This record gives sequence, structure tokens and C-alpha cells, in this order.
Amino acid sequence: MALCPLTAGLGLKPQHYDEALHCTATGLWWEVHPENYLAEGGPRLAWLEAIRARHPVALHGVSLSLAADTPPDAAHLARLAALARRVEPVIISEHLAWSKWRGQYLPDLLPFPRTQAALHRIVDNIARTQDALQRPIAIENPTHYLHIDGHDWLETEFLTELVQRTGCALLLDVNNVYVSANNLGFDAQTYLDAFPLHAVAEIHLAGHHADPVHGDALLIDSHDASIAPVVWALYEQVIARTGPVPTLIERDDNLPAFSELLAERDKAHNALTAAQPEEAACS
Amino acid sequence: MQLSAFQDGFSAALLGHAEHAPWLSALESQPGFAVYRNTVLKGCIDALQASYPTVCQLVGEEWFRAAAAVYAHTLPPADGLLMDYGAEFADFLAGFAPAAELPYLPAVARLDRGWTECHLAADATTVDRNWLAQQAPDTLPLVQLRPHPAARWAWCDEHPAYALWQSHREGLLPTEPLDWTGDGALLTRPHAPVTWRPLSRAGVAFLDACAQGQTLEAAATSALAAEPTADFAALMGTLLDAGALIPTDSHQFTPRPRSP
Repeated sequence: MALCPLTAGLGLKPQHYDEALHCTATGLWWEVHPENYLAEGGPRLAWLEAIRARHPVALHGVSLSLAADTPPDAAHLARLAALARRVEPVIISEHLAWSKWRGQYLPDLLPFPRTQAALHRIVDNIARTQDALQRPIAIENPTHYLHIDGHDWLETEFLTELVQRTGCALLLDVNNVYVSANNLGFDAQTYLDAFPLHAVAEIHLAGHHADPVHGDALLIDSHDASIAPVVWALYEQVIARTGPVPTLIERDDNLPAFSELLAERDKAHNALTAAQPEEAACS
Repeated sequence: MQLSAFQDGFSAALLGHAEHAPWLSALESQPGFAVYRNTVLKGCIDALQASYPTVCQLVGEEWFRAAAAVYAHTLPPADGLLMDYGAEFADFLAGFAPAAELPYLPAVARLDRGWTECHLAADATTVDRNWLAQQAPDTLPLVQLRPHPAARWAWCDEHPAYALWQSHREGLLPTEPLDWTGDGALLTRPHAPVTWRPLSRAGVAFLDACAQGQTLEAAATSALAAEPTADFAALMGTLLDAGALIPTDSHQFTPRPRSP
């Protein structure tokens, strides 16, 4: 049997575990937060290994805190490397953000001024991570909610520098681009035109909602709704330029039935298949 | 501005104890700052609610989330492994004035925590009844067994903490008032899912002795000292069937400190 290329995947939720295990959709893959599987043993690892025996799996980290002004935690890196040896993920990704500072974990993906010093620190942190994992990782553009003074670089330039200096790949979250553009008042299309698409190894799509107080002026990257039509439209423009790129539907809250998530995944799968019609369909 | 200075100020502002600085005020005054503040707190509270479902059932979600917010400010997570966050929640509840009317709550919280620890602990090969049957009678008393790394056991003197915890975990409504006496619990993971069963004082003393590296003979003596009427053969059968015991040489591990 020919190895089937990855098309569209889904975030693995424990509630859908059995359906995930047995799903046979073409090109399907699963993404997990490694933090939920860094246990010493027990059923979580056994579940993940059972999924991995049938499907490709990607690890999408949320707590390496690569943009903190300190090296990533060596013990965490060692555990992540051990998990990666165990499940042999197709992609390992993290965020252009920080979440750990002075011994405290702040469960979010926090912003920072993109200065020259920050660039040097993050280049070093990505290099340390890639050394520990013995492979390149993909870095995701975060969602923005704040105007911050003191940026020396546009985000697209900053990501381009990271790619050039570390050999990392990028994870383009199209919903994050749309939400950030809305919140900070820039043009999503212009941002995507400047994005180093050649380095994109994965795309994320997710739903968002308007802030209950501030309405549409402040959109929240909530992963609790279906993907907005405007985000689908941006996505289709992106893949028209890049060709097929493994694409993940993120859904973390207000979880619908598995069939509904799979239908959203199938939509991305069909868009990816159409993005390169000369490629023979995988059966 | 140095990245570290930005992170010092930003993290302090998130937690509500930043010193005044114009650059920080410029961030905090934007509507978007609350998004980060809310997400950070929600992440901590959600993790606690996932780990302490029985406590949450007993006190109601609103009360629980308010208490969890206080805990998160007092003892924030140290790393991103939020599935393991909240190890001190039972001790926190024991000193939390609004929980004083529910004196059994910390003991129930310890069982919730025991479930999490059992769920996440290392794997190890257990000994079973066949193993016991194969041991030579003259050397058996000198054998040392250890609790499985995933085994958690507890005794509560004052309250039927296990009976309360178990009935909520299993979704049972008590048909008659609980017999308000102390009880004990054993949590193990013989076939992946965490399982639980009542444990006698003798069983608690026996597992405590095994965790200290004592021989079977010494552990049995401890068990019978704690509960002179205990049926030791039945107790051994229960522990073996639960997958609570491993051979001393099968797995190196350090027992965690455990609250009574």
C-alpha cells in the first residue's frame, strides 16, 4: 500500500477517542498537546500509542515558552524528546510566545516586543529545542490582543529571520491571522502576502468568537466554534499559493459530535485535494 | 526594554500585583489585556476542576471555581503539565475558612488527588495469586513486596470519606444515611483504568509497611497490630487482585509522601 500523504487532521479529544481510533478517512491525522501525555506511564500513553499504531500523530506543544528570556526547561525538553521517540510524530510544533516565567506557568500564549534581543534569545531557544529533539520544529504565529510598543520587526519578518537562522519550519494559523488583524487593525491579506509561505509545514484552522463586552472589535481565539467563512476564504487563498499543506482543525471547547468535526475536516481535505489536482488521489 | 523586564512586568500585571509603570498601564488599559488575564486564570481553574470532580460535585461548580481561583493565586502551576496541577488542593481546603462547614472535604479531595496520581504513575509488573502460591513457605515471610507505583491508599479517621467519594464517583445517590465512621480506600490501575475499593485499617498499615521496605512478615505484623481481628489471607487476596503489589526488584521508585 502506498503511503498516503497527510491532508487534513483533527485535534485528538478524549471524548472522541474510540471514533478517532477507528476512523478511516483518507489523509486523516491527529494532533495532541504533548503536555497531556507527559505521564510516567498509564492509560494516556497507551491510548496515544494505540492511535499512533493506526494514524500519523503530530505533537503541538503549548508550554515550551520559547519567547521567554531564559532557555527552555531542560527536564521538559528531555521528556518531550522521550515522548517523540515513543510516538515518532510527523511534526512537532510550538508557538512564538511565552508562558513560563520565573518558575511559574501562565496557561496562555503571551506576547512580547519583537526586538533584536528577543530575536537572538528565541533563535537560541529554538536551536536548543531542535538539538534536544534532533529535528526541526514548526513555529506558530500567535493570536494578538494588544498593541505593544517597541517592536523592531514585523511578525512576518521576525518569522522569516527565525526560519533563516534556525532552519525551523512554520505553522501558519490562519484563524490567528484573521483574529489578530481584526484586533490590532492590520490587513490579514497583506500579512499573508508577506508571510514566508515556503517554510509552512502545517496550517491551523479554528473558530473564534466576539468578546462578550467589546463585541466584534475584540475577537477571541476560542477554539469553541466552527471555522468562520472568512477564515475559510483566507485559507483557500493560502493553499492556492502553497499547494497542499497538512491542515489541522482545532476544536477544544463546546465540542460537537465527532461527525460534525469530521465534516469540517473533510471540507479542508477536499480543498487540499483540489489544490493540487494533478496529484493522484490516495486510496 | 529588556525582554526579561517586559516579562517581569507583564506577568505581575496578569496576576494583579504589578508596580505602576506607564508602559504597563498602556497595556493594562487595553480591552485585550483582560483576555490574557482571564485565559490564565481559567486555565488554572479548569485544570483543578478536571482533577477534583468529586469535590466540585459536593460543593457545586460556582463555589468550587471561586475556591479554585483563590488556590490558583496562592499556588500557581509551576509547569505546563496541568493534568498534574493542584497537588496541595486538599491541604489548601483544610485551611480555607469558607470550607470549614464541610470538614470532610479535604479527605475527599485527597481521594480525587489519589485518582490523578494513580492515573499518571509509572507502569510496573504486579505479583498475583499464582506468584503467591509458588513461594516456598519458609522463605515467604522474608520476601519484600512494594506497592505498585500507581497504588494510592488512604485512611480517614473522622469521616466516611471513601464512601462519600465512591458514591459520587459512581453517580449513586445514597439510599440511606451514611454510617458516619472513618473508612479507608485503595486506588489501583490493574487494567489501565483507575479502580477503587474499600481498604481496612489492616490494609493501610500493611501497604505503609511495604512502602517502607519491610518484609511480608513485618508488614503482616503491622497489619494485625492495627486491626487484630483482620483476615490477613483475605486482605492479601484483595491486594493481589487489585494489582497493588510488585516485587521489590521489579521497579525502582520512591514512595510519595502521603497524607493520612
